[in-house]
Amino acid sequence: MSILDSKIPEGPLADKWTNHKNYINLVNPANKRNIDIIVVGTGLAGGSAAATLAELGYNVKTFCYQDSPRRAHSIAAQGGINAAKNYRGDGDSNYRLFYDTVKGGDYRSREANVYRLAEVSGNIIDQCVAQGVPFAREYGGTLDNRSFGGVLVSRTFYAKGQTGQQLLLGAYSAMNRQINRGKIRSFNRHEMLDIVLVDGKARGIIARDLITGEIQRHSAHAVVLATGGYGNVFFLSTNAMGSNVTASWKTHRKGAFFANPCYTQIHPTCIPVSGEHQSKLTLMSESLRNDGRIWVPKKKEDAIAIREGKKKPTELTEEERDYYLERRYPAFGNLVPRDVASRAAKERCDAGFGVNKTGEAVYLDFASAIMRYGKEKVLTEHIEDPSEEEIKKLGEIVIEDKYGNLFQMYEKIVDQDPYKTPMMIYPAVHYTMGGLWVDYNLQTTIPGCYSTGESNFSDHGANRLGASALMQGLADGYFVLPYTIGDYLSKDIRTGKVSTETVEFEQAEKEVKNHIQKLMGGAGEHSVDYYHKKLGKIMWNKCGMSRNARGLSEAIDEIAVLRKDFWQNVKVPGTADSMNPELEKAGRVADFLELGELFAKDALQRNESCGGHFREESVEQSGKQKGEALRDDERFKYVSAWEYKGEPKDAQLHKEDLTFENIELKTRSYK
Amino acid sequence: MKLTLKIWRQENAEAKGSLITYPIDGIEGDMSFLEMLDVLNEQLINKGDDPVVFDHDCREGICGSCSLQINGEAHGPDHLVTTCQLHMRKFKDGDTIVIEPFRARAFPLIRDLMVDRSSFERIQQAGGYISVNTSGHTIDANAILINKEDADASFNAAICIGCGACVAACKNASAMLFTAAKVSQFALLPQGRVEATNRVLNMVEQMDKEGFGNCTNTGACEVQCPKGISLEYIARMNREYLTASLKG
Repeated sequence: MSILDSKIPEGPLADKWTNHKNYINLVNPANKRNIDIIVVGTGLAGGSAAATLAELGYNVKTFCYQDSPRRAHSIAAQGGINAAKNYRGDGDSNYRLFYDTVKGGDYRSREANVYRLAEVSGNIIDQCVAQGVPFAREYGGTLDNRSFGGVLVSRTFYAKGQTGQQLLLGAYSAMNRQINRGKIRSFNRHEMLDIVLVDGKARGIIARDLITGEIQRHSAHAVVLATGGYGNVFFLSTNAMGSNVTASWKTHRKGAFFANPCYTQIHPTCIPVSGEHQSKLTLMSESLRNDGRIWVPKKKEDAIAIREGKKKPTELTEEERDYYLERRYPAFGNLVPRDVASRAAKERCDAGFGVNKTGEAVYLDFASAIMRYGKEKVLTEHIEDPSEEEIKKLGEIVIEDKYGNLFQMYEKIVDQDPYKTPMMIYPAVHYTMGGLWVDYNLQTTIPGCYSTGESNFSDHGANRLGASALMQGLADGYFVLPYTIGDYLSKDIRTGKVSTETVEFEQAEKEVKNHIQKLMGGAGEHSVDYYHKKLGKIMWNKCGMSRNARGLSEAIDEIAVLRKDFWQNVKVPGTADSMNPELEKAGRVADFLELGELFAKDALQRNESCGGHFREESVEQSGKQKGEALRDDERFKYVSAWEYKGEPKDAQLHKEDLTFENIELKTRSYK
Repeated sequence: MKLTLKIWRQENAEAKGSLITYPIDGIEGDMSFLEMLDVLNEQLINKGDDPVVFDHDCREGICGSCSLQINGEAHGPDHLVTTCQLHMRKFKDGDTIVIEPFRARAFPLIRDLMVDRSSFERIQQAGGYISVNTSGHTIDANAILINKEDADASFNAAICIGCGACVAACKNASAMLFTAAKVSQFALLPQGRVEATNRVLNMVEQMDKEGFGNCTNTGACEVQCPKGISLEYIARMNREYLTASLKG
């Protein structure tokens, strides 16, 4: 029997959430006024939770490292947000959204959590419209939808290519209303550096004021972590520069289990790395795969000639091109899920067919879409005898209408015109499905400590579908946590104000200060970035898109050695008691150096291929699926939840068995 | 490429600041402006100097953290981009680049190139929201029909990233374009009309309190706005404000 209790309510799947809400304890409004809650992170999950908890009457303190809550990285989400509204009448339902999400996650998520997510998805859209989020609309005044990868219905709501921005501004406006009422105190440019436990319960945090360097104690009756993902363990990712694992990791060290750390989403359509100076990677929305065709040259000589600048992609005839996704996956073609598309690109580039100077890029080509749309225009506008050039012009206008902002962004970064020459793309780290283990109530294994959004592990299994991250963040923050946290806090109505003048706070503050002193006291050989880049290389080469036992074992050893080197030789200039961005980075990289090792350890024990986790030892050996990922439900149908025991290598594995009562486990096939 | 950087260095708000010259070599056209500063900072750290402090986060032009007045222009010489998306190919070998913080009374300096833009947050807190609770029991999203032009106009205001370039570009350090975008985003939607009167009065009052300058319609803000927010929103807000004042 596992020590993990997921607390999934009894009853049929569709009734679980309603029943649970009916029976959990509530806190009366007068008592809410006496209860304090800390929310760390102010993206979609944190911002929406903070606003809702404050509306309910709790006293909320929010913390973010940015200079404003509205700059959290949810803002960069482009494509859209899913909801089972069935406005199209195309057969969508809560069940179908639930089913697609569990299947898309390769059967490694919890049925009850995912069903609840689908159930509240419709309310999210209602809520966002009520608070003034300007979603795209049709001429009749109703909301518009678009399609996204891996599903058969149109359930994605969007605001051009800036859906995340608009939703975050919505959540932030709800926060602002509460800040104005005095119910939220927002601590910007503050970073949480540790959690404080009193009698085993989360009772506060230690934070650093990033402007003055002051170490502060903040107490509360509960702590909510909504601190995002840890993709920056790879150094290069689509995450913001400041995105980090520190809040989650410190909490892990204090007793919260860390679940499925090896589940990472590597997004297939990002702008390739251009050189050693690169600091981050930029995503090109998945929606581009609706019209772009992905290819590399068929002949290696052509690939080499292109890399050396002796040939142009447009000079290659159709016969000389290998549209490898259409070749390998005729049923889904260019619209296979993200994990499949990423691995296929890597396979071609590893085989020597990459098309940029580093050999790590494939083409995303809009030429045939431009001509197709051009010809449609010729027909609908009754143009007689158009020239090839005219058709192309007309087609380009249609493409500009659909993807103009993305094409402009590409041109600014790469300095090539994607209307004239195919885009170059390559997979990049984008999202982490793993995170702090939480039960159905979103509570971690530390009582009173909750985790929402990307920072928990709960809803996406081993692979996340497009437009589902925004849905989960807002579902957790607006509609799930505000209920479930009340059940816990109902036992705290007589606690009274939590004092920060206790041994526990004193001890935690001392530990934080010592940690900082240690970081500042390195011998001063190399910069923080030097170590971060080295860690990123190990992670990308050995824990990236394709993993094997040997590489993972090597990664574990190499990271441990690198961590030791870091602590002896890192160079952090400046002082601890003033603004010091290098010190901030050093603290984050120190935690990545521990997480990275646990990540590799988790990937090593999971000797199956599922979703974004691909083990070379676990592939189909024969038949139609030969060479594709092979899941092993018999041995690995569980959540791995790691307990901290000192060094990452000593972490102890706990398994939460996953049960599927409403969905039949199948092999994902896109052939 | 070889460049000469003249960068504003200032320990804190009280200290005296000055432009310090840094020669830099080996800069490639494919680097973003901030990656060029990363290279400089790496060199400074290795020499034992303090790196240059500047705000940045998403590095894809959407979070609005990055700023910088580059050769006198907010976000530099390229149009419709933030500093993080500005690439070094816009400069040439031998160029001298002057890098300063966004300057305004309402944006006090924190350190080097980093300023405090919390005045923008206080303007939004004064009324930049619709007062609706997150009960989950609002009316169905499609029960409110909004014509596409209004929805698009609201969206085109809502894309403001609140970076402060409009203030930095303005000779009076006026925040009218920012405030107008935030007011219009709500005012253009039926949901936002209910509180429109108080919203515009409160937000404009807060803007004045923060010490931003007056608008004299020179339009520099629109030109240097990385999101191309139109000056028309200022006219819109002025009408809105006038109507509200008469009502009030």
